[in-house]
Amino acid sequence: MVSRSTGTTTTRVIGIAAIAVLAWVVVSAFFITPADFQQGESVRIMYAHVPAAWIAYLAFITTGITSGISLARRHRTLGFDRVAGASAEVGVLFMGLALITGSLWGRLTWGTFWQWDPRLTTTLFLFVTYVGYLAVRNIDGDPHRRAKRSAILALLAVLEIPLVHFSVVLWRSLHQEASVLNPDGDVRLDDMMLFTLFSGVVGFTLVFVWMVIHRQRLATLRDLQQGVGLDAAIAARRNEGAAIAGGGQ
Amino acid sequence: MKQALVVARKDLLVEFRARLLLVRVIPFALLVLVLFAVALDSEPLILRAASGLVWLTMLFSTLLLVQRTYDVETQDAALEVLLTSAVEPVNVFFGKLFAAFVQLLVLSVLLVFGAIVLYGATVSGSNVVLLVTIVVSAAWGLASVGTLYGAVVANMNGRDSLLALLALPVLAPLLIGASRATEAAFGSQTIDTASGWAWVALLAVFAVVFSAAGAAAFGALMEPEA
Repeated sequence: MVSRSTGTTTTRVIGIAAIAVLAWVVVSAFFITPADFQQGESVRIMYAHVPAAWIAYLAFITTGITSGISLARRHRTLGFDRVAGASAEVGVLFMGLALITGSLWGRLTWGTFWQWDPRLTTTLFLFVTYVGYLAVRNIDGDPHRRAKRSAILALLAVLEIPLVHFSVVLWRSLHQEASVLNPDGDVRLDDMMLFTLFSGVVGFTLVFVWMVIHRQRLATLRDLQQGVGLDAAIAARRNEGAAIAGGGQ
Repeated sequence: MKQALVVARKDLLVEFRARLLLVRVIPFALLVLVLFAVALDSEPLILRAASGLVWLTMLFSTLLLVQRTYDVETQDAALEVLLTSAVEPVNVFFGKLFAAFVQLLVLSVLLVFGAIVLYGATVSGSNVVLLVTIVVSAAWGLASVGTLYGAVVANMNGRDSLLALLALPVLAPLLIGASRATEAAFGSQTIDTASGWAWVALLAVFAVVFSAAGAAAFGALMEPEA
């Protein structure tokens, strides 16, 4: 009998820890840490933005590694494939958050929502690439076939991103345009700010682990349900056949 | 190698008989060039954007072309028959790549002429070599990514829109590289010939990387299910 819930003691512990850490981050980010001497209150966006970006990259690295393992093991079990998919889903979510919080911060600090800075541009292409990866995963069909295709796609993405990054860096360096403000630096972190940022990273990582475990289990159930659905349909046709045969007597 | 050439010959023969490039892709590409000019509505602006518009049009045309070659292959399971008849997947990949390359080469030469005629772009004699190298390496890059991602989405529902979503971000470095290099070849003031050649190097790396990746992945993508 398969459990109806995707929660276990482990996920509950992780979930409660995540809530506790994030509650502390919210309190500290809004009330304890000081405003930046240059950026003022907008610096508080950083406590959500930096951890979100960190999780996004962690998620895509996880997807790359698990896809590689899944492909190397020739998808004998689908566990690694499901982790890859779950991790990419969560990664797209956090990268979306990072892009939104980043552009809000950019509007306040640089005076513009978007800068064609190499890092931002690469991140945007990474985001679109993984949206495409998820689109491929969401097409119904044989789970093994899906596993192989998406693993190949994930590894191609690993190949693509350095090329995108390199070309964008070259592109920006050849176009000597004045940048509004240096995208790095300008933030002086005191100990409390650093600790809050660090807590944010820890909290978001816990959320990431919690979400990936649940999504991974949900994917397992969905694959099972597809199989069960097919069996049930076959049994129903058999019963119909039996009923017709029975009615004919 | 011989097998790859046979596959390429087959693809080009299908193409030649159907004349899709001639009746659909080329008119589409020229139409897009005209529409860009109408939308931008300023001659200096069009001239400044000419190289980018040429390669953006090439990206869209590649999608059309790739969809078409895989539509032909998946009808009547032609590709499976090809693979069961002892043709190595790698050879199928390079054969299809080469056929796409030839067609994209024709198309990009036409579009560069289109930019010269419609947008008023100029190429000095010394930049012709640069331009030819750009066109050849970019067409190879487009063909390799197109053939590879076409194989990824072959046999899938809604593959047309998926191909665009998957292949366009991958082609971003090619678009940047080919546009900037062509800008240099068109004698732009913002970019010199030397940096044009630097971009060609990027195009070459791109073409090699995705040819190799395609050769490695194509067999796995085409493998029949266990």
